[in-house]
Amino acid sequence: MIDRRDFLKGCLACSVTAASVGVVGKNAFAAGSFEGYPDAMGVLVDLTRCVGCRSCEAACNNEQKLPDPDLPFDDKSVFLEQRRTTPKAYTVVNKYEVADKDTLFRKIQCNHCNEPACLTSCFVNAYTKTKEGAVIYNSKVCVGCRNCMIACPFNIPAYSYSSPTNPLIKKCIFCYDTRVKYGRPPACVEICPQQVMTFGRRSDLIEMGHERIKNDPAKYVNKLYGEKEVGGTSWMYLSSVDLDKVGLDNHMQKEPIISNVKDFLGMVPMVLSIWPALFTGIHLLSTKNKGEHGDHDHKEGDQQ
Amino acid sequence: MRVVKQKLIMVLTGTLVLLVSNVCFGTGIPDRITIDSIQKYYDGVSFNHAAHINNLKDCGLCHHNTTGAQVSDPNCVRCHKNSGAQAVVSCKGCHAAEPFTSEALKRQRDQHPPIFHMDKVGLKGAYHLSCVGCHKKMDGPTGCQDCHKRNDSGDRIFHSGAYTPKTADKP
Repeated sequence: MIDRRDFLKGCLACSVTAASVGVVGKNAFAAGSFEGYPDAMGVLVDLTRCVGCRSCEAACNNEQKLPDPDLPFDDKSVFLEQRRTTPKAYTVVNKYEVADKDTLFRKIQCNHCNEPACLTSCFVNAYTKTKEGAVIYNSKVCVGCRNCMIACPFNIPAYSYSSPTNPLIKKCIFCYDTRVKYGRPPACVEICPQQVMTFGRRSDLIEMGHERIKNDPAKYVNKLYGEKEVGGTSWMYLSSVDLDKVGLDNHMQKEPIISNVKDFLGMVPMVLSIWPALFTGIHLLSTKNKGEHGDHDHKEGDQQ
Repeated sequence: MRVVKQKLIMVLTGTLVLLVSNVCFGTGIPDRITIDSIQKYYDGVSFNHAAHINNLKDCGLCHHNTTGAQVSDPNCVRCHKNSGAQAVVSCKGCHAAEPFTSEALKRQRDQHPPIFHMDKVGLKGAYHLSCVGCHKKMDGPTGCQDCHKRNDSGDRIFHSGAYTPKTADKP
């Protein structure tokens, strides 16, 4: 049995250890933020150029060998509603009526974050951020928990609910397997007649995006969306109107989504290692006298 | 007889000069250009160069400074104020048909000086941005198939025409 003095000493030692672990842990995590691979590729999307021809959707369908669409890709009736990505379409073009200026179109697909929330939320490590910048996933290990769908700030991963035997997450993989891995641009970029999308090294595209804004400040709003949002994305956007008006959240946090829970998650190992010792100590101390008292009660009972 | 012959020659020459001057001062400028170097899903375009020259007059609208026209873009003026006519004038002479291959990206990045031409669009982009941009302003045709007909492989990837999905309930 420990006496009160030993117990207090133990508590002090524990708290000092806990504090030092906490400090070390915090530093380690702070240094762990990831700016992206230096030679990662990206795409600069210039919304002022898009004419809504939907060629990118057709090319994506063809390249990724997706099922037949419900309507032909030259059918403009799809613009009547705002669509999102589905297991059958990794990219969709939406139309935005912008008040003072005319209509804008925006192609939606995975933005391939530098520090993807889907990746950090996945407990089976199905996602990988490749050095080329693509966020790919291994459908073989996916257990279908759909955490990534909740985690994604852009609402991109889709789930093949219609498959009863093997439902899977489906999303744009930057044409990694067939193109980007070999240094070729994704299918949507290649087919685009208006060169809405410029494929290149992400660091070059950031420069290029700012240069375009600088050269024509009347044409663009002064914002390269995706340069800083959620820790930076491989796909970045230039627009002639506020990005809220084309369905992008203009107040997206600048830190990666994982930063929201890093501090908490950093505490978990500490809690797991220290709390058992601490509470065992408290338990022992608090039950020391109770045990004697209990025995006493028992004896009393015997006497009666 | 000789006078008649001379007159005839003069009239013919005059007519020829008139016809030719209609199309930007004569030699070497094609009246019609078949744009087919990058066709894949659409047929080539038989571009009526002469009509565009007549309508626009300003070669620089499409050819920048390369025809010797004065450029108005302040960024271009900084270097190309007195560049004069260039040896290469055609679109495909400068705009790469495949602008995003590793080699093309490297070439673009390594050029000297590494400034404005860093962001040079590819050939397809150059055509469409020029054509569609201007056609929008001047009420020209802007639909895809207004200029070039989609071919069979185009129909196939667009799931249109003969390849329209059976589920599509089109009236």
